[in-house]
Amino acid sequence: MRYAMAIDTKKCVGCSDCVVACQAENNVPIGFCRDWVVEVTDGTYPELELENRSERCNHCENSPCVRCCPTGASHYAEGGIVLVTEDKCIGCSACITSCPYDARYVHPKGYVDKCTFCVQRLKNGLKPACVSVCPTKCMYFGDLEDPNSDVSKVLKTRKHKTLIPEAGTKPHLYFLI
Amino acid sequence: MREEIIVSGRMNELIDPHLQVWNWEIPAYLFLGGLAAGILFFAGLMTLQGKEKEFETTIKRAPLFTPLMLGIGLLFLFLDLKHKLYFWQLYTTIKLESPMSWGAWTLLIIMPVSVAWAGMYIKTIFSNFKWPYPNIAEAFEWISKQKTILAWIMVITSVILGIYTGILLSAFNARPLWNTSILGPLFLTSGLSTGAAFIMILSKDEHERHALARIDLLLIAIELFLIIHMFMGFRASTQVQIEAANMFLGGTYTAIFWTFVVVLGLVLPAALEIMSLKKLKVPYYIAPALVLMGGLILRFIMVYAGQMSRWLY
Amino acid sequence: MVNSRRDFIKVSAIGTAGIMAIDPITKAIGNTFAAKKGPVRTPTYCEICFWKCAGWVYKDDEGNLNRIVGHEDDPSCNGRLCPRGSGGLGMYNDEDRLKFPMMRVGERGKQTFKRVSWDEAFTYIADKLETLKKEHGPECAALFTHGSGGDYFGRLIKAYGSNNITAPSYAQCRGPREVAFIATFGQGLDSPEPTDIRDCKCLVLIGSHIGENMHNGQVQEMSDAIDKGATIITVDPRFSTAASKSKYWLPIKPATDMALLLAWIHVIINEELYDKKYVEQYTTGFDQLKAHVAANTPEWAYGITTIEPNVIRETARTMAKEAPATIVHPGRHVTWYGDDTQRLRAVAILNALLGSWGRRGGFYNPEKAKVPAIPTPEYPHPTRTWRDAMGGKYELADLALANGVCTATIPNAQMDCHIRAWIVNGTNLIETLPERHKTIEAIQNLDLMVVVDTMPMEITGWADIILPECTYLERYDSIRASQYREPTIALRMPAVQPKYETKPAWWMAKQLADKMGLGAYFPYKTHEEELDWQLKQMGTSLEEMQRVGLKKFERHYDDLYFKEGEPQEFLTDSGKIELYSNTFASAGFDPLPVYTAHPQPEDGFYRLNYGRAPMHTFTRTANNPVLTDIMDENTVWVNPKVAKLWGFANGQKVWLKNQDGVVSSFPIAVRITERIRWDSVFMVHGFGHANKLLTRAYGRGASDSEMITHVDIDPIMGGTGMRGNFVTFLTEKAEGGAKV
Repeated sequence: MRYAMAIDTKKCVGCSDCVVACQAENNVPIGFCRDWVVEVTDGTYPELELENRSERCNHCENSPCVRCCPTGASHYAEGGIVLVTEDKCIGCSACITSCPYDARYVHPKGYVDKCTFCVQRLKNGLKPACVSVCPTKCMYFGDLEDPNSDVSKVLKTRKHKTLIPEAGTKPHLYFLI
Repeated sequence: MREEIIVSGRMNELIDPHLQVWNWEIPAYLFLGGLAAGILFFAGLMTLQGKEKEFETTIKRAPLFTPLMLGIGLLFLFLDLKHKLYFWQLYTTIKLESPMSWGAWTLLIIMPVSVAWAGMYIKTIFSNFKWPYPNIAEAFEWISKQKTILAWIMVITSVILGIYTGILLSAFNARPLWNTSILGPLFLTSGLSTGAAFIMILSKDEHERHALARIDLLLIAIELFLIIHMFMGFRASTQVQIEAANMFLGGTYTAIFWTFVVVLGLVLPAALEIMSLKKLKVPYYIAPALVLMGGLILRFIMVYAGQMSRWLY
Repeated sequence: MVNSRRDFIKVSAIGTAGIMAIDPITKAIGNTFAAKKGPVRTPTYCEICFWKCAGWVYKDDEGNLNRIVGHEDDPSCNGRLCPRGSGGLGMYNDEDRLKFPMMRVGERGKQTFKRVSWDEAFTYIADKLETLKKEHGPECAALFTHGSGGDYFGRLIKAYGSNNITAPSYAQCRGPREVAFIATFGQGLDSPEPTDIRDCKCLVLIGSHIGENMHNGQVQEMSDAIDKGATIITVDPRFSTAASKSKYWLPIKPATDMALLLAWIHVIINEELYDKKYVEQYTTGFDQLKAHVAANTPEWAYGITTIEPNVIRETARTMAKEAPATIVHPGRHVTWYGDDTQRLRAVAILNALLGSWGRRGGFYNPEKAKVPAIPTPEYPHPTRTWRDAMGGKYELADLALANGVCTATIPNAQMDCHIRAWIVNGTNLIETLPERHKTIEAIQNLDLMVVVDTMPMEITGWADIILPECTYLERYDSIRASQYREPTIALRMPAVQPKYETKPAWWMAKQLADKMGLGAYFPYKTHEEELDWQLKQMGTSLEEMQRVGLKKFERHYDDLYFKEGEPQEFLTDSGKIELYSNTFASAGFDPLPVYTAHPQPEDGFYRLNYGRAPMHTFTRTANNPVLTDIMDENTVWVNPKVAKLWGFANGQKVWLKNQDGVVSSFPIAVRITERIRWDSVFMVHGFGHANKLLTRAYGRGASDSEMITHVDIDPIMGGTGMRGNFVTFLTEKAEGGAKV
């Protein structure tokens, strides 16, 4: 089992519904977010290109956050999901510093929080909240080891990239381009 | 023009527009840790070399301050924690891949060692000092007999602590400025140099000062070499590290780094130390004071600049 | 795999929820925390925008509202709400909401109010309206409305004896489109537009920014079309999100779209790319059209639009190649330059030539369920309307003009009696109508101004009486019967009791009616009674709808698409698709669309282009805590070349000043971006709120509406063209800014 997510930048319109849905599903306090939407414009008018990306934790296979966590609060769960155990976290921020994607934040309660791929929904056979709500259906989620999962299928047929693969973290958030 | 914005309005002050998760507490902690490591290293080393006579301040007086330095350093580290009540979780596991973890453990070892060392010598310095309980005095009597072992432990753990202050940062590949293995040796050298400087200020013995100045000159030379080597490495590396180095080679931190760390913190004190070795009249405390200042600023700059350096995508 | 105690707790919590989730619908929409007692979820349809997506409101175990999720079977959203819908709870939780009925005590517009009881408020209104009726006749009252409550206040005002019911969504938005399509096809588009986007192979967007306008179903279908490889052609001076998804982006010089449309028609006719069979069978006026566009070559258009002739030809050929599965999208907010009906006529003609009207992948034949009205006495017949103030103009407007009602409120020569009472329901007229000074002048001439809203807005500050409405999550409303490929109905019911002293609109209207002796028009005690009666007529019941939320019906009328070759009757004068409009000709307007040059900005001024952001609806959501967390102010988009000229830094605050010298009340941050042409600026509509009671929205960003003081009235239907305003920048606040 290896969970992964693919986001189709050709369909994403940057509406940020994924962010709102995540905040509701995971009780993310106002002012914080576990996912966010980036808009990149390149070129000079009128020769332009624009990419919308819904970003979040990359649930890296070689996660610097898990490596640097002094207490083991950051850990790998089933399917390669990177989780933080709240009552093991001392709030040292090493993981925040270690993440090249800036995917973590300090919850007002003091522990570090981040995307969990909505593990509570996965266990119930549901897709993560962001995927389930996206109006453009630009997000695909599933098990990379299952050739019939949404994410495996779309990665087979579409050109894709990951963000800063050169950072060596083996990210599992794919962007269809 | 390239434009990259977060349209979903994320403005988390700890990570936007760039990382700002570590403030003064961390560089101050790193500085104090390095300083204490330096002092304890020389105390242990000189003891092992049997130079108690020549290096009295080094072995007996300066280490008295190290429990305090480490204590304040730990307090700063504690202040930086956001989930403070769970601090003890650090000591429920040993994670070898996490510098933070073995730093915590090293501190757990070196802290009592420094206390033992200081307690051992407190009576030599303050002759009318008396332990409130005889048991404590007896304990320190016993410890003095294990001095050699303690000195060995101190030399080894202080080197680990000194390197740790650098590796804590260099383990973060997400911050290109920190992601160089030079940072461990650099901070160790700087820590030893500040340790020597601290002893020099305390020492009233010119021979001891001169001996330390000679060591310090070597350390400064190594430090300069490491700094140049670090930037050469960055310049020859990937774009993100070239950009990280550029903060010091024309960018935001250029003036402050080259002025305060390199010129005032390394070159000038080296020159002053050479002058005093050549028996020129220079107030003895200026050079070590500059070294201490340079060491402190080096850590502040590295911690703050490192958080500004990032991968671009 | 349990990794920690916390995980274990989570797993066990889910375990219990899992048992609840046996119901397949519950499971499908992802209710991971089904409540153990009481109703798990209640149906609603969203009120945050006019798309009205159906959804479910979920509560947690403590009975607190937890989230809103789209209804799987609703063609508006297909189970996926947009960010505003997902953030709907913010509207309920907003602590700045209107809480109690309020009565003005000081000068009008000075925002001095006292709290009154509902009864006092109703008595005041009823007395005022009675007096007005006696002295001036019932026609001197008008209703401005946007949203569900309009139904009840509409009934009230009709029972009272007036027909002045208007919504700014017509003359300030989609009106020209309706008139143009009625003139061409004998049928307007209405809402949601029956565009068959999911099956189209070519989608042409002219200034329409789908994706930034979050018209949910359309955004979803555009995404489907992208998946299926449809070609998108976007015409926009701004590199919109849709433009970035397009194969062809035509960065047109603003205000020249008509030239491009005529050139496209020219190419399609002259290269004989049009659907010959369709044109011959269904249309009239082709020869006139052909002659009319003979000179409108791509080379001619190039000089006007700056779009290269080969691009015009290539895009026209692409449209024709994919026809009839080509949609030249009519857009929605189309009141731009005053000749908008004619521009939309060109759009309609283009669609007719491509044969996309009534064809798969083009425009389908929508159908909506008929919701029977509960029997009431006949409404009185008003003898006067707002139209009397128009001097015989805008007869082709099929709905009332909000700006027309506004004009009829200012004492004028055409009317022996101007309008003297307004009920304003859920529309912030200060920000919605252009020419703010005129709106305020009209308000100052009123004897009575009642504002019904959930939030304090600029308009509530001008009210005599403020009636605080509860949010859509706390009330029943009329059955939603949106037009789609198949008829559907959706129910909105309260998920919780109204907060504070707020009340639903139906209750307010009924109470007022009772007080005014018009109770017979509201022949029921509760709204449930009326809804149940209506639903039973339709073969269902309130009880069933509370369970299912949404119901689909079989189509009763025509097929979804024209049958190949089958004759069709169009509701035009000629019974055919009128390429040449007889209606327009006889009313004295150009029967075929003509290009007119519009003014361009002077040196140092930039055309004010405005639009939507997907996280907000007009001014309505600007204080919603969930949505302001995502976007809390607008910026003014400035091309890097212009920014360099002005020496702007990104994020720098500036004030805007328009061609009439009006200065924005608030500064706005400059966003330096290549996405905007150098002769224009762009800002998202709905920010720059001046009401201090909106603690999150007050003074955040600037208001585009405030800058729209120049209006080009569409001579055909009275729409207010608002894109002819030009702004310049002030780096320091100058005196003379308009105050509201």
